[in-house]
Amino acid sequence: MSLRTPLARARGLGSAKDGTPHWWMQRVTAVLLAPLSIWFLLCVLPMLAADYADARVWLAQPLNALLILAFALAVIYHALLGVQVVIEDYIHTRWIEVALLTSIRLIAFLAALATSLAIVRIAVGG
Amino acid sequence: MSVQRPLSPHLQVYQLQLTSTLSILHRITGLWLCLGSIALICWIVSLAAGPEAYAGFDDFAHGWGGKVVVVVSVFALCYHLGNGIRHLFWDAGRGFDLKTTYASGYAVVAFAIIATGGILFLLGGAR
Repeated sequence: MSLRTPLARARGLGSAKDGTPHWWMQRVTAVLLAPLSIWFLLCVLPMLAADYADARVWLAQPLNALLILAFALAVIYHALLGVQVVIEDYIHTRWIEVALLTSIRLIAFLAALATSLAIVRIAVGG
Repeated sequence: MSVQRPLSPHLQVYQLQLTSTLSILHRITGLWLCLGSIALICWIVSLAAGPEAYAGFDDFAHGWGGKVVVVVSVFALCYHLGNGIRHLFWDAGRGFDLKTTYASGYAVVAFAIIATGGILFLLGGAR
């Protein structure tokens, strides 16, 4: 038998109260990614087969640099939110779950930095 | 697992239907697109790093591994895009009745197959 009051036992056991921003940002990035994905499939994908000089000139154009930066960052954010839910759904060992959730955050952070630096470098001709 | 309480029916007691198949396919294509995204980031970073690095990416992209990543990612993106828009309509509270759910499901599958074919056809012409 616990000496704690029913109220004390119930406190802190509610929801984490931070689910809505996760859900909402998944949708916000989805709305941004829908038109950008069509642009990516039609305009960027053919450039993957281009040679170095052509690809570099193409990506250095301001609009292309802006759109691909927006696409890459939105993809990384959207993917991070999605993979987080998959991990939470299927990984039931708490320490592995926390380790994976931390890892994907670090990977997403580094991927966003690397992509941003690379695009800026190409766009300003460094 | 030594849970003593009654458990809800597990996945295997349900008959696989179009709706559930498309639902899990949304998640699988999403996970696969992580791989496609990594390839895209490698393309951008190698392009910034210089001609040698870019040649390394090119070798990978034109090998069979690269081709599999590209072809499957194109399908995954077409499907995830189509089904994602279907999800956005659901989020807005529309298209929830069974008839519409099935119709939009078939429409998404048709869109994904046709769009994948069209884009791969265009890509073949670009090379």
